[in-house]
Amino acid sequence: MRRVYLDHSATSPALPEVVAAVREVLEHVHGNPASLHGMGLEAERVLERGRQVLAASLGADPSEVVFTSGGTEANNLAVFGTAWARQKPHVVVSAFEHSSVLEPARRLKEMGVEVDFAPVDPEGFVRTDALADLLRPHTALVSVVLVNNEVGTLQPVAEVAKLLDDVQTRWGRRPLLHTDAVQAFQHVPFRVRDLRVDLVTVSAHKLGGPKGVGALYVRKGVRLQPLLLGGDQERGLRGGTPNLPGIAGFAAAIRFWEREGERLRARLRELSARLRAELADLCGLRWNTPSDARRTAPHILNLSVPGLRGEVLVHRLEQEGVYVSTGSACHSRRAHPSHVLLAMGRTEQEAISAVRLSLGPDTTEEDVLYAAEAFRLAVQDLRFLVPS
Amino acid sequence: MERVILVRYGEIGLKRANRAAFVAQLARNLRDRLPGVRVENRFDHLVLRGAHAPWVLERLQRTFGVVSTSPALEVAPELDAMEAAAQVLVAELAPRPGTTFKVETHRRDKTFPLTSPEVNRELGRRLLARFPELVARMKDPEVHLRVDIRDRAYVYTRVLPGPGGLPVGTGGRAVALLSGGIDSPVAIWMVAKRGVQAIPLHFHAPPFTSERSKEKVVRLVEVLSEWCGPMDLWVVPFAHVQRAIRERVPEPLWTVTMRRTMMRVAERVAQRVGASALVTGESLGQVASQTLEALAAIGAATRLLVLRPLVGMDKLEITGLAQRIGTYEVSVLPYEDCCTLFVPRHPRTRPSLQEAERAEASLDVPALVDEALAGVEVISPAAPAPAGA
Repeated sequence: MRRVYLDHSATSPALPEVVAAVREVLEHVHGNPASLHGMGLEAERVLERGRQVLAASLGADPSEVVFTSGGTEANNLAVFGTAWARQKPHVVVSAFEHSSVLEPARRLKEMGVEVDFAPVDPEGFVRTDALADLLRPHTALVSVVLVNNEVGTLQPVAEVAKLLDDVQTRWGRRPLLHTDAVQAFQHVPFRVRDLRVDLVTVSAHKLGGPKGVGALYVRKGVRLQPLLLGGDQERGLRGGTPNLPGIAGFAAAIRFWEREGERLRARLRELSARLRAELADLCGLRWNTPSDARRTAPHILNLSVPGLRGEVLVHRLEQEGVYVSTGSACHSRRAHPSHVLLAMGRTEQEAISAVRLSLGPDTTEEDVLYAAEAFRLAVQDLRFLVPS
Repeated sequence: MERVILVRYGEIGLKRANRAAFVAQLARNLRDRLPGVRVENRFDHLVLRGAHAPWVLERLQRTFGVVSTSPALEVAPELDAMEAAAQVLVAELAPRPGTTFKVETHRRDKTFPLTSPEVNRELGRRLLARFPELVARMKDPEVHLRVDIRDRAYVYTRVLPGPGGLPVGTGGRAVALLSGGIDSPVAIWMVAKRGVQAIPLHFHAPPFTSERSKEKVVRLVEVLSEWCGPMDLWVVPFAHVQRAIRERVPEPLWTVTMRRTMMRVAERVAQRVGASALVTGESLGQVASQTLEALAAIGAATRLLVLRPLVGMDKLEITGLAQRIGTYEVSVLPYEDCCTLFVPRHPRTRPSLQEAERAEASLDVPALVDEALAGVEVISPAAPAPAGA
């Protein structure tokens, strides 16, 4: 049976050159970058080369890159690290952040920190007007995802930066701006200076890099408290021996995207549009991803089939060899509806019936046509479950 | 002096006629679960030799038919040898000044020259001479040294309770419906405790249940096999039945119709594996489908005896047992909820048999059952590795 993997936003298969880079380091680079001897220096070179590649692709200085164990750690570091470094901080995050931003923010709130959650509009964009109203003279951190991981909407982060200018004009202090760019990185071109952000989270395995490696861009001059103590690696911001094979693989994935990105982004956009068009006449669908190409990532499509449950659709598509994901985790006796879709004002019924299709570098036109046909078949086959 | 483990069985010792067969089955079960251990069948107990691994006692505590076990030192039935063994055991317990002890002797070999009280006194005297810090006390002593004198003498301080019950395999075979929930694994454990070899049967309904929910049932079988010995899990596809029921049967009767179909499939599996009963985790009145009327209508779908060992238990008791057995943690993993798709909004709580039969008239039940059996998959979970082995 044909296998069509449309779950690249969960994780994207490692690219061949990534596998080669990881293997190369595992086989030949044995030193610890912190060691004084020559083998340590050799390892350090691999580390610093990776740092340069990532910094260049972000438009940053290599000294501004902190490697982490992935997006989750980088997001935790951004939220806790800024809050802990300040007296009486106030924190604002959007209501549909990834849980690795939301949960730390909630934890801060439980610990007595002032935290506000900025609302989201029905199309899947943070409401900048409402966010502006939440800003205070002592606001220390604002965190808004660059591309939402479930619905793929591109958030107006540059606009949020402008709101922070107003804070500075009025109260003389500028809050830090963090964006979780895990889904955006390489799929939506951006430079940290243009976005005017202070902290940016990226991850390797959404680009075809290895799992277990990511980074936080920390603008020069930003003070953070580390989460992991026990070594002065990464300028003291992240103790622990760096994941060298992972970082080499991450760099290889970035080089691939730097080389092929423009063509890939155009193709992903085209294939997503094609998939969307193929499903257009299937009645009863509700799109959770807007069709506006300027305001969405090129590779993520989210839709609901009210009446069906997302996980049943996932398993039915799996029977046709098509791999997608739900927006929501399936727990015990009842499904927990996606917090992203609920924040967008979707009903519980719509939220538990959502699935996300996400495309990647190896997705072909035939894949998209096959998946659309499978989707049509699955929905028709399961229609008996939908109350008429 | 040899370190051995004494294994006592109780109930099965009483059943005169079957006794030999029962004890032989217990010995066989022990040999299966304790690789490398020699099992010797003595008159009223078993002696295990070569059982030095720490997991052996743990497994004995999970082997039905075992009433209690004691790690013991086996010596010649002579006072000096018994004293030497007693000294080893007391030294291992590192007595402090004031540690209380007593010696309790059972003399099964009445030709032994001293009586039991005489042995107690003599060994006690010698131990006091060797360990002056000890204090003799008859009531609740800290060190309770026991001496069994038979053709050999056994000296030990610990008596560890086993689970009791009857050796699995002495009570015939039954097909047991196993969902991923909390109840059905407990039902299997209950019948296994009475010596029944259960053949677990799971209904798998992709795409309404996931591959992970099947994995979860395999894990449950692995946990259960620590008690029941290795078991083959039968997995039968069931989505087609659910679809047919959902399309053709009035909604309030979905549940009873589904359960009746499961019983028919289970009966056919029972014929194939030579089982003479079915086992379910149903208890009375726990959910709407478990009223007397519903259970009667479900049971009427098969001519086989249906055992419902949880019938008189409430949820707390079942949960407590599941925790003791070790299945609870697996059962509460989240991958089972897709069956809720087939739970009617307003189920008929007291369906009559006539109603249930009428509801099935529009279904080709034998064809549905055949289709389920055609897709059967038998999984033999790997035997669990002993902890620390």
